[in-house]
Amino acid sequence: MYAKICLIFLFLSRGGAELLFKGVKEHHVTLPTQSEPWDVKQLLVWIQRNLLKERPELFVQGDSVRPGILVLINDADWELMGELDYQLQDQDNIVFISTLHGG
Amino acid sequence: MCQVDEDFQGQLEHTEVPSISKKCVKCKEKTAVVVIRAGDTYCRDCFREYFIHKFRAMLGKNRIIFPGEKVLLAVSGGPSSCSMLSQVQEGLSQNAHKKLRFIPGIVYIDEGAAAGRSVDDRKTAMAQMQTLFEATGFPFHLVPLEQVLDLSPSVLVMAPSPSEQPGSAYKAAVDQFIQSKGHWPPRPQDQDQDQDLDQASLPDIQESHTQLLQQLMSSTKTQTAREELLSMLRQHLLVHTARTKGYSKLMLGDCCSRLAVKLLSSIALGRGAQLAQDTGFSDSRYGDIITVRPMRDYSSKEIVFYNHMFKVPSIFIPGLDTMTADKSSIQRLTESFVTKLQADFPSTVSTIYRTSEKLQTAWKGSCAADVCDTCLLCLCALDTTVENASAFQATLISEQLSQTKPPETSSAINPNLNPGSALATTTGQCCSGEGECGKKGGGCCSSPRVPETTDMRSLLCYSCRQTVKDMSSVDHLPAYILLEAQRRNRRSQMREQISEFILDEGV
Repeated sequence: MYAKICLIFLFLSRGGAELLFKGVKEHHVTLPTQSEPWDVKQLLVWIQRNLLKERPELFVQGDSVRPGILVLINDADWELMGELDYQLQDQDNIVFISTLHGG
Repeated sequence: MCQVDEDFQGQLEHTEVPSISKKCVKCKEKTAVVVIRAGDTYCRDCFREYFIHKFRAMLGKNRIIFPGEKVLLAVSGGPSSCSMLSQVQEGLSQNAHKKLRFIPGIVYIDEGAAAGRSVDDRKTAMAQMQTLFEATGFPFHLVPLEQVLDLSPSVLVMAPSPSEQPGSAYKAAVDQFIQSKGHWPPRPQDQDQDQDLDQASLPDIQESHTQLLQQLMSSTKTQTAREELLSMLRQHLLVHTARTKGYSKLMLGDCCSRLAVKLLSSIALGRGAQLAQDTGFSDSRYGDIITVRPMRDYSSKEIVFYNHMFKVPSIFIPGLDTMTADKSSIQRLTESFVTKLQADFPSTVSTIYRTSEKLQTAWKGSCAADVCDTCLLCLCALDTTVENASAFQATLISEQLSQTKPPETSSAINPNLNPGSALATTTGQCCSGEGECGKKGGGCCSSPRVPETTDMRSLLCYSCRQTVKDMSSVDHLPAYILLEAQRRNRRSQMREQISEFILDEGV
């Protein structure tokens, strides 16, 4: 029902969140087609399953991101976009930035 | 919060209209891109203005940095210190509205050795920092942490501050500066030469030094002590660099999120007496070099957003605490506690931070002059000269009592019989380390060492004692610390010997 969505992820951090993703900072991904629209909550699950291989506790907590990791959707604060409920659009640009020291 | 969403997802999906239409609270026209504090939305331009103004306001309000003064910026490559660097650049730029008037320099301390990174990794990081600094055009100094081993004991001595400048002097200095404006920017020749020397090549690191440093780091038994020790050494090296290169102020990039964590972890580490100095805007514990924290009004979120939006480059360099678990150290645990609390209660950090603003040290003027009254490691006034009926003494006694249990510790010295050696008992443990003492036999706790260890403790504040206690041996400490400890000990011994003949100025 919903077409493929292309996304660009960027992982930036002080604490090395990108280390969790094998040191790769930028990811271009295409999400599989599914019957309902993709939202950020589902995206996090997808990331956890497909990109994040080790130590998921350093990135997610519950079904949101770990406190201290900021999320930007198309260069705007995700708090303005509805956080986990934001519905992803094609060509969206999502940035995760960690402000934590030890993560 | 997340659970609420889950339970009422059906409802929320309809009520929560995509709030992209939110407007900036300041100009009320443009679309907001960032939410700071509790619910203040800013657009890109207003956020930039707000951010830049805050930096200038911080320096303007405190009137500590005089025009034409040389200021050393400590940049670690992280977002906060890089943001500070970009704010200084912004403030010094020709078209800046209210120009900053000091002369900046940059220092980067490469802690790769302490964090156990490979030589190649460190070289890459150094080269990255070099490119970053070259782009600013400021003089810079790349200093490997190994240099801490070559410091002289004088680093640990509080230098007299040049002169007490009253508040009115600031205004006079600014006026004078503005009159002689034609000569600005004063980039003296000697400074450039100095710069060339430093920047010609990346500093060489002796492998033996790296090993010594790693030995020192691995001699600490806990991650908490390791982080404390590293921050002390880093601080010494920063002060040393500032002194030798002729800077009189040192700018650190601590943001308020960081300071809130530091405040709570400092309390947990027993540094309550030093809080005001550790987290305040300015810190004059070194006398001649004043530490300033101009970023202390920014939250880490503001900094990260600013850096991202305005392409402020920062370099990620893994440190001692990278990828460690929450419970690996007191500092890490506090950080995760504060950030988790902050997620649900957005005013957590600001509340803690406002508290730190109100703290003041009851500084006794007479003590400041006396070198012996400052801690050997952190250079704060000693908090251990308290009367017998205090929590500190009680801790010492209970520590002493609990130490007498294991039989192997009493083999080296027999402290129980000697009523005067309260300190000797507590420190004997310092090098006992159970297994180690057994292996090396008496050698580890041999008689000439014991008094040295003992005396070292008496020169430290409560918190630094805990750090040193967590080290298997103080012998790995850099020579300058040991030498200074010996010197202070000789001093106090001598004072004791001749005390009968001194007309005591204290009483």
